[in-house]
Formats: sequence, structure tokens, C-alpha cells
Amino acid sequence: MQDNRSLKQIFLDGILVDNTIFRLAISLCPAIAVTSKLKNGVYMGIAVAGVQAMVNLTISLMRKFIHPRIRIPVFMLVISGWVTVTVLLMNAFVYDVYKEVGLYIALIVAFASILAHAETFASKNKLAPSFVDGVGMGLGFMVALTIISFFRELFGKGTLWGVDVLGFKPMLIMILPAGGFLVVGLLMGFFNWIDIKFYGGKGAGGAG
Amino acid sequence: MGHEFTKLLELFIAASLIQNFVFTRFLGLCIFFGVSKKMETAVGMSITFTAVMVISAALSWIIYFTVMVPLGLQFLQIIIFIGVVAAFVQGADTIMRKVSPGLYHKLGVYLALIATNCIILAVPLINAEEKYTLIESVVFALGSGLGFALAMIIMASIREKLEVARVPRPFRGLPIAFITAALIALAFTGFSGLIQL
Repeated sequence: MQDNRSLKQIFLDGILVDNTIFRLAISLCPAIAVTSKLKNGVYMGIAVAGVQAMVNLTISLMRKFIHPRIRIPVFMLVISGWVTVTVLLMNAFVYDVYKEVGLYIALIVAFASILAHAETFASKNKLAPSFVDGVGMGLGFMVALTIISFFRELFGKGTLWGVDVLGFKPMLIMILPAGGFLVVGLLMGFFNWIDIKFYGGKGAGGAG
Repeated sequence: MGHEFTKLLELFIAASLIQNFVFTRFLGLCIFFGVSKKMETAVGMSITFTAVMVISAALSWIIYFTVMVPLGLQFLQIIIFIGVVAAFVQGADTIMRKVSPGLYHKLGVYLALIATNCIILAVPLINAEEKYTLIESVVFALGSGLGFALAMIIMASIREKLEVARVPRPFRGLPIAFITAALIALAFTGFSGLIQL
């Protein structure tokens, strides 16, 4: 099943229509875990985008040689290889972020969305579309994390990227664990509301 | 001996309540939201989950400290742990299909998802990071598994009631589940500071 959409369309679909967090509702763990600070959220998004793009590229390169029966273990190996590379890179260059979110970076390996894109897209398509799909999906993830962490840091600590902007702390609950669930729940509800209001509710709600 | 036992008990309580994986570390959310719609499946999943977690933590510990550390291969931990967990889950999958086909049919795709579940992978990673002994690792895994089971059961019992509640349309399904989870998480913050490790 080759994908016939244009590259631009694949890219945009990854960000908007198939947004991993708000639309498909998978790979939620880091969406809450690392988003109490904007900086952590953005770096986590970059890491995921990088891994997804490189995994798609690698799988697409090897797609003719992978026997269908052993494809899942091969995908897992490729993914964990790239995740290891990312972990080592972040450990070297952004140590302060790595200290706080290192565990979650390592756990990118367990992302359903990365395996899903490798399986449904990269293993069946040429190099360029696979790469674009990976970047688009990764950026969609990054946008979602950025939105969530923006609200949580602003309301929880009154700061953005560590810089004080409000001068007071409006709602401490936002940086507590509970706040993460609350923000994601409210944002999902908001996107569903937009969907119902302007698009008649086609494809509303996440998978489950 | 008494002191050791106290330490293990503290580790157990910390892993299950204070550092509850779902509500303070936010791991395993896909399964947490996916399988918690009905009590029966939630219980089945929790039992499988805890068993897989304890055994895979022990296996990973043995491989990590007897093979990888002496050879200096710690940087391969992600790849090796996921291999151990995946191989073991495949085994558990086969056994469950034989022993309890009904439950197997219900849990369906999520059983396969255990293999790439974040908690099951996180436990060996944390064990390696904290340099726990074998017994400590197993206790930590058991506590984490039971903590996860507790979270699933609380969530399932609330969601069964939510089925008949009138929820505003945009919030139906997942969004309201998230807000419910936020309220439970708020209750769980009450456990913090229960034990100083």
C-alpha cells in the first residue's frame, strides 16, 4: 500500500490530523511526565522528532531486506539503537535537561506511535515520504508538548523557559502531577469542542 | 535482619503509593486509559502485569549485573532490557492463551502492548540506575506492579459509574477520564512525605 499523498500533505497530516497526543491519544506518558517545564517539553519533542525521522529513514532503506515474519523485532532493534544514540547525545550536550527527563528519553523506545509509523508507513514507502512522515509526526508531538508545557509552566510557576514573566505563582497545582492530567484533559476537550463546533464532529475523540 | 526488612518494606510502600507509577511518574498511561473501562479486564491486566514485571525485573537484574557490568556494556541497557522483556512477554502470552482463552480474547491487543510498555521497561532501568540488589529489585517491581493494580482498580470502578453520567459532549471518553485521573492524582499527593527514604 503505497501512500499517494503529496509530501506537503503527509507533513501537515502528521502535525494536525494525526496529531499523536490530541487526536490519536497514544504515547501519553511523556506528555504529562516531562511537561512541567517548557524547556523539558521542547527538548523531549525534539528527541522524539529526531528518533522518529531516523527510524523511518532506516526502516525505509531496509524495507526490501526485512522478512515480514521478523519485522517487529527488527523494528524494535532499529528503534532502540536510535534511542540509545539520542540518550547519549542528550547526556553529552544538554545535561541539565537529561538529568530530569533522562528516564523518559530512554522510554521513547516503548512509544506505540514510533513503532506504528515504522510498521504502517516506513516499511511500505520510499525514502523521502518516510522521512517527511517522521519529521511531521515528530513535530506534531513537539507542538503538543510545547502547548501543554507552556500552560503548565506559566500557571504553575509564573515563568517561561525559566524566566519569570508573571512575578507570582497563580496555580501551584499545575506543576503537580495532578495538573498534568488536568491540562491534557482540558486541552483534549477543547480540541474536541473545536472539532464538533466547526467540523461537525467527524472523527471526534481519541482512540482509547 | 530486622533493619533490612524495614528497608524492604519502606521500598515496597514507596514504590506502590508514594512513587506510584501512574500518578506520580506517569508511566503506563496507554494501558491505564485503555484497559480501565471495565473492572474485569482491569483486574486481569493488573495480575498479568505484576507477574510479568516481577519476573522481567529479576531476569534483567541477573543479566545486567552478571554479564553487562563485567563486560562494560551498560550503554546497551535499553536494547538488552527490551529484548529480555519482549521474549518473556511472548512466553506469558502463550501461557495465558492456553490457560485462560476468555481473558486473552478480551485483553486482545493490549497484551501484545505489554512488551513495549513503559513501566515494564522502566523498572529494570530504575533498578540499574539505583543499583538495587536482587531482592530489592524484586520488591521494587512487586510494589510498582501492585501500585499499578491499585490505580487501575480505582480508575475502573470510577469509569464504570461514569458510563451512566451525563458528560458534556466534547469531554466524553478520554478527556473526562483524564480529569478523573487528575483528581485521583491529587489524592495520591497526600501520600508524599509518608516515608523519608
